[in-house]
Amino acid sequence: MSEDDIRLDDETGQYTTGHSYDGIEELNTPLPRWWLWTFYATIVWGVAYTIAYPAWPLVSGATAGLLGYSSRAEVAEDIETHELQNAALVEELVGAEISALEPGTDLHRYAVARGASVFRAQCSQCHGSGAAGAVGYPNLLDNAWLWGGTVEEIAYTVRHGIRNETDPDARWSEMPAFGEILTSDEIALLVSHLQTLPSGGAGAEAETLFLDNCSYCHGEQAEGLPELGAPNLADAIWLYGGDEAALTETITNARFGVMPAWGQRLDEADVRAVSVYVHALGGGE
Amino acid sequence: MNATQQPLYAAQEPVFPRRVSGRFRTLKWCIMGITLGIYYLTPWLRWDRGPNLPDQAVLIDLAGRRFYFFWIEIWPHEFYFVAGLLIMAGLGLFLFTSALGRVWCGYTCPQTVWTDLFILVERWIEGDRNARLRLYKSPINAQKLRLRLSKWLVWLVIAMATGGAWVFYFADAPSLLADLLSFSGHPVAYATIGILTATTFLFGGFMREQVCIYMCPWPRIQGAMMDPDTLTVGYRSWRGEPRAKGKRRREMSAEAERIAAEQAALGRGRAAYRSTPYPGMEDVEAIDMPPALNTGPGDCIDCMACVNVCPMGIDIRKGQQMECITCALCIDACDEVMEKIGKPRGLIDYLALSDEARERAGETPRPIWQHVFRTRTMIYTAMWSAIGLAMVYALFIRAEIDLTVAPIRNPTFVTLADGSIRNTYDIRLRNKHGDDRPFRLSVRGHPAFRIELEGTFFQTVEVDANETRLQRVYVIAPPGAAPAASDTTPLRFWVEDLTNGERAFKDSTFNGREE
Repeated sequence: MSEDDIRLDDETGQYTTGHSYDGIEELNTPLPRWWLWTFYATIVWGVAYTIAYPAWPLVSGATAGLLGYSSRAEVAEDIETHELQNAALVEELVGAEISALEPGTDLHRYAVARGASVFRAQCSQCHGSGAAGAVGYPNLLDNAWLWGGTVEEIAYTVRHGIRNETDPDARWSEMPAFGEILTSDEIALLVSHLQTLPSGGAGAEAETLFLDNCSYCHGEQAEGLPELGAPNLADAIWLYGGDEAALTETITNARFGVMPAWGQRLDEADVRAVSVYVHALGGGE
Repeated sequence: MNATQQPLYAAQEPVFPRRVSGRFRTLKWCIMGITLGIYYLTPWLRWDRGPNLPDQAVLIDLAGRRFYFFWIEIWPHEFYFVAGLLIMAGLGLFLFTSALGRVWCGYTCPQTVWTDLFILVERWIEGDRNARLRLYKSPINAQKLRLRLSKWLVWLVIAMATGGAWVFYFADAPSLLADLLSFSGHPVAYATIGILTATTFLFGGFMREQVCIYMCPWPRIQGAMMDPDTLTVGYRSWRGEPRAKGKRRREMSAEAERIAAEQAALGRGRAAYRSTPYPGMEDVEAIDMPPALNTGPGDCIDCMACVNVCPMGIDIRKGQQMECITCALCIDACDEVMEKIGKPRGLIDYLALSDEARERAGETPRPIWQHVFRTRTMIYTAMWSAIGLAMVYALFIRAEIDLTVAPIRNPTFVTLADGSIRNTYDIRLRNKHGDDRPFRLSVRGHPAFRIELEGTFFQTVEVDANETRLQRVYVIAPPGAAPAASDTTPLRFWVEDLTNGERAFKDSTFNGREE
């Protein structure tokens, strides 16, 4: 493989490059010179690019580039642009009566979109990304609301939370642990009464037991009392489960669900937006 | 040249194509007129679609995500039409290449058409081949500078018109032109015009055949698509060789006459014209022909007309070459010469390599239609037509209203307080009309199903003209009804345009709580 091996090929009339691999020789078909210059130009461009833009790794970080470009700054600028564009809507949202927001208006659309992103970031950990909840964490899609399902009531719950120690205005109620009050037989009778609601086919004794112990908060028809966060016991929805074991546990030891006061962490627009979003999920009253 | 000094890189060999006239040149002028006319004028055609839609006949509205083509309007979800057109373009290339070789390259490729136009300008300003050669070799002086600058100026104007015409396909042409001229157009429009102006100027004016030889993938692909039955531009070497001109030609003729007379004296006939032996394509002079077979010089008088007119700067007499774009200008040039010297036309001609062998052996070549209508081309045509017909069919069965249904799967269902089961669907309603339409949604599948629309108490929503509306829809099965208690129940959403009763449907499923 040397210059001595270059020879004129008879078949083609072309010179060889002198490269020979097991007797297979390479013809020298010259590449156009502009191609070579284009190649050099791309090299120059490539080097220039790494000087103009952040590229070369250093011990900590990388060269900043002469143009001072940063993708983070670009994102920040984008966010700022969008916030400026939405400034009027935000102002309107904070000043508006949220129950008066009409679906289909720009403001309502904006609130739902903003609320959706707040929900995904802050609420989905407990209530699920689809807002379907879990045992002990209410499903926000259905039409059963412990503390009321109008948009204002939802906003109050979001702002102050439930049974937390940080907000004096938090929703608060506490069910007694009936294991200290009733016998286990009485609790079992209550459980069978609850499971047959709303018709109530567990007998007069069970009905009396319910009226004496439960109706003060849950209502005589077991229809619940949103002011106290007392759930409707006659509907098809059980936050902690409707089977015998779960109901026995609930009555015996009570439940104590807690939600943070989001008014302390989110700004007013976010609180309002996420309330409108939750209200629009299909169960809002 | 010393073998060891052979360079690895070659400078571009300038090509100065000579003017030529003839059948194929005329055809090429016509095709150039038609293709350039289509390119420059199409954006200016108007087409009335109603007050809310653009009135440009052909418009690619990227921002609005619509493609308008006369009476056809393509939405993004119908992109398969574009895919189908691309497949048809591919199959069409296969078809034409297998039947007629590189006709795309020779006649209709933008690179060929614009290069042709640029060469025309070059000839008008600087003169024909010889004048241009002289100018090329002459040192820079006022005359050369004037010619060069005026040529470049005209090229630049054409290039700008080319880049300018392109952007008009993407926006309303008259208003965009006004914006561009008042320097208030979008920067992207100026940048696009700038890039296309630069590429047109460079590719048409300076790169020319280099683009075809070194930059374009088609020559390689098309080379693989051709077979021996493909019609392509070729040189009838059996007729043309041994080529000779001038004194040598006269000597060869005289020698042939002498041998013929000698053979006649021996009682033998004249050697047949077609049987000129010619084993290879090159080094003709090196072949010693048996005297008895010497019929004298071939028809080629080595006038170099075919080489001088070639825009690729090649010699077709060397046989098939990757550089040849089959523009057929060498056919016109050679025919002109053959007529002058009183020989039959077609020394350079459209021919198939299989026929070349037949002719050489003295057989009759197959007629052209047998080259064009072959099993292979028939299969391509069938595939091409099948896709085309399928797309036309798809185009005609398209409804003016349409819907897509995306069931919400997180969660699959919601239990309501009274024990009803509710499913949620995101339905996209498309209104392709030029005016707002009221759409009524309904659901079929089980008599117990109830439908509710988010944000309204009604089942009818207004969909804006030429828009898609996203509507969240709830379907509710009451407790005890079969769908509420079974795993899945099929259902069908119907949408009806209340103005004309047009309907469309989409099937989906309802998820219940299986007991």
